Amino acid sequence: MTERGRLGPVEARRVAFDEPFVFAAGKVLPQWELAYETYGTLNAARSNAILICHALSGHHHVAGWYADNPRNVGWWDNMIGPGKPIDTNRFFVVGVNNLGGCHGSTGPASLNPATGEPWGADFPVVTVPDWIKAQARLADHLGIEQWAAVVGGSLGGMQALQWTIDEPERVRHALVIAAAPKLTAENIAFNDVARQAIITDPEFHGGHFYRYGTRPQRGLRLARMLGHITYLSDDQMAEKFGRKRRAGAGSYGFDVEFEVESYLHYQGDKFAGVFDANTYLLMTRALDYFDPAAPFGDDLAAALARARAGFLVVSFSTDWRFSPARSREIVNALVKNKQAVSYAEIASQHGHDSFLMDDRYYHAVVAAYMGNVQT
Amino acid sequence: MSHALKRPDFAVIAGWMKPGESVLDLGCGAGELLLLLAGRGLRGWGIERDPGHVLAAIENGVNVIQSDLEAGLAGFEDDAFDHVVLSRTLQTMRHTQQILAEMLRVGREAVVSFPNFAYWKNRIAILNGRMPVSEDLPYQWYDTPNVRFFTMLDFESLCSDMGIAIRDRQVLDDKGALVTEEHNFLGSLAVYRIGRGG
Repeated sequence: MTERGRLGPVEARRVAFDEPFVFAAGKVLPQWELAYETYGTLNAARSNAILICHALSGHHHVAGWYADNPRNVGWWDNMIGPGKPIDTNRFFVVGVNNLGGCHGSTGPASLNPATGEPWGADFPVVTVPDWIKAQARLADHLGIEQWAAVVGGSLGGMQALQWTIDEPERVRHALVIAAAPKLTAENIAFNDVARQAIITDPEFHGGHFYRYGTRPQRGLRLARMLGHITYLSDDQMAEKFGRKRRAGAGSYGFDVEFEVESYLHYQGDKFAGVFDANTYLLMTRALDYFDPAAPFGDDLAAALARARAGFLVVSFSTDWRFSPARSREIVNALVKNKQAVSYAEIASQHGHDSFLMDDRYYHAVVAAYMGNVQT
Repeated sequence: MSHALKRPDFAVIAGWMKPGESVLDLGCGAGELLLLLAGRGLRGWGIERDPGHVLAAIENGVNVIQSDLEAGLAGFEDDAFDHVVLSRTLQTMRHTQQILAEMLRVGREAVVSFPNFAYWKNRIAILNGRMPVSEDLPYQWYDTPNVRFFTMLDFESLCSDMGIAIRDRQVLDDKGALVTEEHNFLGSLAVYRIGRGG
């Protein structure tokens, strides 16, 4: 590993594509933009590029910080940087905000040229394969013919998996972390409750709340609170909160009394203040629809047979949203195909959120794998 | 490859395999055998429980799957591999018959190596009233990972009971030299190549 240091300051960039984007659902964006960031240096052979795919609420600001806002540190800064597991001294790392997002790429809050108003609920429903197609155009723009690796956790891991199927020649390695080959009924049920919280908020206005200068914050807040419960583990919540009360508790009422309530309200408020409700609907729907095996007779091995990448699959022991057993489905399919794959099951108490944590063994595994990724 | 030199059974195992074949190595450690076999043109995957070994195997660039063998090999298809290897690990496992059956389900054939408890030095240790500690049984009784103590004759008897065919057998002494006679007495480490009987 090279010398460890801090990345940054970094700059967000934007690229406009003056060409139509046709979604899997059939709808078309006449032109579109992607927000992205890059760290490190693309080598002369353009062979050291790594794509980082984000999860439900992520974006292109993956690592480093902004000169005008040093406290805004990228969401995976513990993983990416000089001397870190994904080492920017060796690799050229690209973070991107997906289509339908709310951090700079074309999304529901962007103006629909046909109406001059924000797209709102009319923004096309976007799928994981749509994102791969858009990210591939970003790769073209950056002059990257083949990624040394595509990396992601959760919904980001699903994109890494989809890349190997949709663009097999353009991915040498895929790091599929805390992911699953498709959602279970229980997963979809959680997403549905989250969406219903948003859609039934009177401020949602059928997705056209921009028109009314309002936001469905209550629904979004509930959706995020529910999500947070599923990202944590029972053990971790017991340890972090237990039945701890706030000062002045014991009022026999329904105000915030237990610490866990306080935590969830804080997380919900923080999120609802900044995130776009339509983006939340789109991202959760993309999760629901994700099922790369479906076009192959529900045979995941058949879907992955075209992949040329080497794989690192990682899961976390207390992740019940996408449990280790789900990652093993991916591993088993790859082994069935006699494809290159390593799998680590990390003992961690942080549930699904573990993939964002600075766990020594987890990071050592990623660093070890990346150490063998040729540039 | 210095580890491989210290593991004379690896040469025996490699000798039973051909380039282009596939191998599943159960309890693969840091992937030393898989590295040796990759150098000979085989494609391999390892299963390992210990996080430190998994990390070392990934560093070594071999395919390793972190999993506990006691949970069996569910998830792997029948006949998925040409060979399944269990080297110096059978004596550490509780579900002896289950793992042997599973190996011969997912593998066309299997290799099992284990320390021979009937090795003459072990017998002398017992006669002197102590549990044996040797090159191939290097642990004290109180810190050994081994939970099964058995001899070549015991193993062959179990194979017979389970309808497992013994296709080949190589026996090494505690210096790694090939034993050619009185195997169950002179052999410290036994390496068997087994297949489905009948």
